[in-house]
Amino acid sequence: MTQTETLAHEPRTFEQLIAAGERIEPRDAMPDAYRATLIRQIAQHAHSEIIGMQPEGDWLTRAPSLRRKAVLLAKVQDEAGHGLYLYCAAETLGADRADLTANLIEGRQKYSSIFNYPTLSYADVGVIGWLVDGAAICNQVPLCRSSYGPYGRAMIRVCKEESFHQRQGYELLVTMMAGTREQQEMVQDAVNRWWWPALMMFGPPDTDSPNTAQSMAWGIKRHTNDELRQRFVDMSVPQAHALGVTLPDPDLCWDERRGSHDFGQPDWSELARVIKGDGPCNAERLARRRAAHENGAWVREAATAFAARQRQAVVA
Amino acid sequence: MSQTQESWPLYEVFVRARRGLNHVHVGSIHAADDEMALRHARDVFTRRNEGVSIWAVRSDLIAASSPGEKDAFFAPSGDKVYRHPTFYQIPDTVPHM
Ligand SMILES: [Fe+2]
Ligand SMILES: [Fe+2]
Repeated sequence: MTQTETLAHEPRTFEQLIAAGERIEPRDAMPDAYRATLIRQIAQHAHSEIIGMQPEGDWLTRAPSLRRKAVLLAKVQDEAGHGLYLYCAAETLGADRADLTANLIEGRQKYSSIFNYPTLSYADVGVIGWLVDGAAICNQVPLCRSSYGPYGRAMIRVCKEESFHQRQGYELLVTMMAGTREQQEMVQDAVNRWWWPALMMFGPPDTDSPNTAQSMAWGIKRHTNDELRQRFVDMSVPQAHALGVTLPDPDLCWDERRGSHDFGQPDWSELARVIKGDGPCNAERLARRRAAHENGAWVREAATAFAARQRQAVVA
Repeated sequence: MSQTQESWPLYEVFVRARRGLNHVHVGSIHAADDEMALRHARDVFTRRNEGVSIWAVRSDLIAASSPGEKDAFFAPSGDKVYRHPTFYQIPDTVPHM
């Protein structure tokens, strides 16, 4: 050990830790706004994982084979796990689990707009894995280096599992594209419907994202919305080509000078509408989440009563 | 929101990835009792053979050092550089040390 390392035991302020690129841990002092921003971001992320089970869950009973059903079940179960990793990260900041659930059900906290679109055909399951989980991976990989320790660690676990999600989706699409004409058209139709909502997953354009600068200074956001969107487009184009589908954007072309693809802008007014609650499935998603919570009340009560009885038996 | 959910205590979960390794903290879960804590921990943290053994410990039973008193708390080891092998100068010509 060197002399400078022994000095590491001097307490360092939040600002010094952030400047040094070190992680903030739950019991450290931190600005109220940093805590509040993180709770909102992590809760919204957790809610997205939980609500995200529903669009694909709709196909669990209709998957075409036992293999596909087992894969989809495992994927949906992972999303529940992701939600739980994230809720526990939010709790390290002082958030209460029951409050978080209530905030989602009562519409006080948001979840990703993407899950308010319907899954109309089985090809949607494949396209969600490929594009929606693909976009999520673009967003989440940089978050593994979040300045807040528990969030970064949760993201590392999530990212390890997301790779399976994307690959199972793409494999499903490859299989369908090798099938009948009708199956190929189902895939193209699903791509047409999901491409633009997937681009919206990165949030509004940088010019319309006022909190980005503060979040980047705090190390809880590592790239801007537009940077991540560009990365996603550049990754997806060769994948679409290999699959044999067309991405529904007439402006999409390779820009030799930038070494990136130029692409069209999504309909930002649609994003605003869906976030406000006016998407195709917002009401249905929240109603289903509320029903699951309310229908589970008797199970929670029974488990609580059982645990109390067991404790009494030990004391007696 | 029903009161019962709020009364489920928080457990910290530690997983031994394989024989020969320590249990490592992986996160937390809520459960009504110890047995349910282990089942929930298994479902949430070991879906892909990530562990051969799980500890679940009530969070409120963990004694933790406080970051506020970090300076004084860890000071006793801070000035004892002679506890580290690199403190000692050995001639480069001496092998295996
Ligand atoms: Fe996920
Ligand atoms: Fe996923």
